[in-house]
Amino acid sequence: MEDALGYVLGMSAIASSISVLAGIGTGIGQGFAAGKAAEAVGRQPEARGAVLSTMIVGCAVAETAGIYGLIVSLLLLFANPFVQYFI
Amino acid sequence: MQNFLDCDIIYSEGKFLYITGGGLNIDITNRNLWFLFEIGGEKVYITQSIFATWVVMAVLIAFAVFVRIKLKSFKQIPSGFQNMVETAVDAIANLTRTNLGEKFDYLGGYFFAVFAFILASNYSGLFGLRPPTSDIATTLALALTVFVLLHYFGIKMRKGQYFKDYLSPFFLFLPMNIIGEISRPISLSFRLFGNILGGLIILEIIYGLPVFVRFAMPAALHGWFDLFSGGLQAFVFTVLSITYISLQTADE
Repeated sequence: MEDALGYVLGMSAIASSISVLAGIGTGIGQGFAAGKAAEAVGRQPEARGAVLSTMIVGCAVAETAGIYGLIVSLLLLFANPFVQYFI
Repeated sequence: MQNFLDCDIIYSEGKFLYITGGGLNIDITNRNLWFLFEIGGEKVYITQSIFATWVVMAVLIAFAVFVRIKLKSFKQIPSGFQNMVETAVDAIANLTRTNLGEKFDYLGGYFFAVFAFILASNYSGLFGLRPPTSDIATTLALALTVFVLLHYFGIKMRKGQYFKDYLSPFFLFLPMNIIGEISRPISLSFRLFGNILGGLIILEIIYGLPVFVRFAMPAALHGWFDLFSGGLQAFVFTVLSITYISLQTADE
């Protein structure tokens, strides 16, 4: 029984590290948004404030996908749903 | 309690509670209950985040009462403390007015309250409390408030058009549109929750290191996760809830 629990915990650790790979997409998206915002400010320096707040909201929405990955990872590490079958 | 693979499996009254990792002594899932009192055989518990929410509420109410008392001595030309308060109120009022129009000025108070509560909750991590926003219950409650508000205004402002929009572009998209509506409070709450909890866990890991290794690191990380990220998430939550409501009230 303890071997099976160890297997489940180890696999959960691997799965949790795979699930935070969702951060890759978030990183690319936020970098793209920041680059476009820098272009916009370069073209129209007087609209800096409006561009900045629009970019921050866009970045926050793009961040959600990465946060979902983080939450799946946290669930597997600290609130593992599979462990209850072994107790 | 059973030791296995350097993990502690925590039971309470025979029920499985949670696993703590090797050496990491943090209650991630917030299931440490504090016994409060007993009514007729029923025990009443509170969690850490309920306690932190009460502290944050007490601070905010005390501040509000303080401002109300000071309000009598406010002058036509602001200076000092009055300047600060007026700037904060103006910022949210302008945000509401530019997105929702003058008709919805009265919603400015609600958005200011939400912003102040989230900001105070995120900053409470600096004072040793567990931020209430690192608990999914708090953020989901805030997001469900926005959910109720936006559907209330959708039905009130657009009436038939509101129900017709569920069938756009044609009737087969009905389940798709319903899932889209349900996903809004989930994404809104998980964004705030994940950001704050992620910061909390990283800080907790850093605090677990020996002192000579983590020299000056907690200060810098508190600056990033609590001050910058916490303020940003409070702003983003407010702006997104304003945007969601403005989508419902835009075309009358």
